[in-house]
Amino acid sequence: MNFILTPEQEDIRKMVREFAAKSVAPTAAERDEKELFPRDIFDQMGQLGLLGLPYPEEYGGGGSDYVSYAIAVEEISRVCASTGIGLSVHVSLCSGPIMLYGTEEQKQKFLRPLAEGKKLGAFGLTEPNAGTDAANGSSTAVKDGDSYVLNGTKVFNTNGGEAEIYLFFAATDKALGPKGMSCFIVEKGTPGFSFGKKEVKMGIRSSVQRELIFENCRVPAANLLGKEGDGFKIAMGALDSGRIGVAAQATGIAQGALDEAIKYSKQRVQFGKPISTFQGVNFMLADMATKVEAARLLTYQAAFKRSNGLPYAKEAAMAKMFASDTAMAVTTDAVQVFGGYGFSREYPVERMMRDAKITQIYEGTNQAQRMVIAGNILR
Amino acid sequence: MEIVVCVKQVPDTTEVKIDPVTNTLIRQGVPSIVNPFDKNAVEAALVLKEKHGGKVTVISMGPPQAKDALKECLAMGADAAILISDRAFGGADTLATSYTLAAAIKKLGTVDLIFCGKQAIDGDTAQVGPEIAEHLGIPQVTYVAKVEVDGGTARLEREHEDGYEVIEVNTPVMLTFVKSANEPRYPTVKGTMRANRAEIPVWTLADLEVDEARLGLKGSPTQVRKIFTPKQRTQGVLIQKDTAREAVAELIAKMTEAKIV
Repeated sequence: MNFILTPEQEDIRKMVREFAAKSVAPTAAERDEKELFPRDIFDQMGQLGLLGLPYPEEYGGGGSDYVSYAIAVEEISRVCASTGIGLSVHVSLCSGPIMLYGTEEQKQKFLRPLAEGKKLGAFGLTEPNAGTDAANGSSTAVKDGDSYVLNGTKVFNTNGGEAEIYLFFAATDKALGPKGMSCFIVEKGTPGFSFGKKEVKMGIRSSVQRELIFENCRVPAANLLGKEGDGFKIAMGALDSGRIGVAAQATGIAQGALDEAIKYSKQRVQFGKPISTFQGVNFMLADMATKVEAARLLTYQAAFKRSNGLPYAKEAAMAKMFASDTAMAVTTDAVQVFGGYGFSREYPVERMMRDAKITQIYEGTNQAQRMVIAGNILR
Repeated sequence: MEIVVCVKQVPDTTEVKIDPVTNTLIRQGVPSIVNPFDKNAVEAALVLKEKHGGKVTVISMGPPQAKDALKECLAMGADAAILISDRAFGGADTLATSYTLAAAIKKLGTVDLIFCGKQAIDGDTAQVGPEIAEHLGIPQVTYVAKVEVDGGTARLEREHEDGYEVIEVNTPVMLTFVKSANEPRYPTVKGTMRANRAEIPVWTLADLEVDEARLGLKGSPTQVRKIFTPKQRTQGVLIQKDTAREAVAELIAKMTEAKIV
């Protein structure tokens, strides 16, 4: 048992923290207010190697591990949850499946530019009528000679419209249910592939969630990821992994709110004393700090297991569920510590509270996480 | 092009807190960082290397933990790092430090450029860089904001309060850099991985050709009598009027007000 990060993980934390403070934080409030997607920040993250952090150097990655990746998502999300989720979706949901299921050719063609940060990735699974029940979508893929013809509409796609590479899940054989689902790599600009409505949201407003529309979109058969029928397995595996990203994002949001609450409580004077000296406030801070620490440990544990080839689906579900509930609770308490100022857009905690909510919903709702956990412990 | 950058590990003074009871600095738990001006020097060296090729070697004299500072420079892209560390070097003032660093630079062989930060944020003496140049008998230019190299000539902009002095100098030369010279890059993930795998050699007393009497505490003639904050120079007042008559009238009025006349 060892709770100490490696020197490399410490250095990556230091590097990302500095980058987040200097290059991400200053624009976070304005990007939230104006719903601006920060492509420039993603380009910079690409140059630093953050967009391919856990993938091997031979595919353009950083050659680091999943713990470092979780640390990176956490540190970015500490100042901007919108940027954090974009990073998580790119690494976990889009690049991850190509790393696991891609042929050597697919890895060189698609994973390399993703890992090098030259292209941005997205993931299209959710449909208007197929959320938690993801296997019940109505998208289709029909083989026609050397290509597949794709049809269907995906919603809430993070990085949608901004990304260059998309994973698209569709039924190649509807009769087989989940076993008839397949996964395709689709590039932006492919005829028949267009973008629909952009969501206007409560939080993560600097991140983009957009509709993907496939109308007789023809992709080469070489863009099939894995085999026909592997789609559901690929999607579920990607989501297991993505949960580590969301857990890290939620931990980052909570830590960011805690940092702000601690700082403010020491400065704000009422009844002649900083409010941090009042037990009513500092007990809240103690509870918040304990929850954040527990969320972090669950998150790093899941990341560690993934890096070391151990089963991690249950741990990732627990981490995602607990960290997202922590983010919601801690940001709400942070607003409370700030009082009226916390409700004002003058301070960042209200943004953090709005950003926290989605972490309880996406990458599987926290109810779906309980399904995963229960399924694992009742086997 | 062979470039040596001298860096110092310093306490992060922005993180230093004051003990409310004793009113002294709490040094414990203060993170150590690469002296910020030294990072400007590293950045300047990396930019020149990218343009002209060559090698950037970073050196530091300090305790074993100063390796962390060197590691950060490697992660930024420096090619090699050497730590100069020995109990015999401890307690050195700027003269003994610069003497030791100069001996290490001599051992490295041919060097075209020696870069330092303009000063360290802990001691703030701005002496080590210039003294290295003196020990090595090479020219020096301090407060450099811009550097271009063409063959054996370096063309520099030296920063002043009211402008830049353009200087051309032959290499080898020692330069100290100011903050406005550049924005130091972040280390990359690959650089961080490489830096963590790198073995940083440690040069001790036995590795250097030095006169032991000139090292460490006993080689340090500096006696600190008193430390104080110098009086801040206040900004001058510029009186601008349409005519000299009006300007003089304003000046007399102000001088009268200040009871000078």
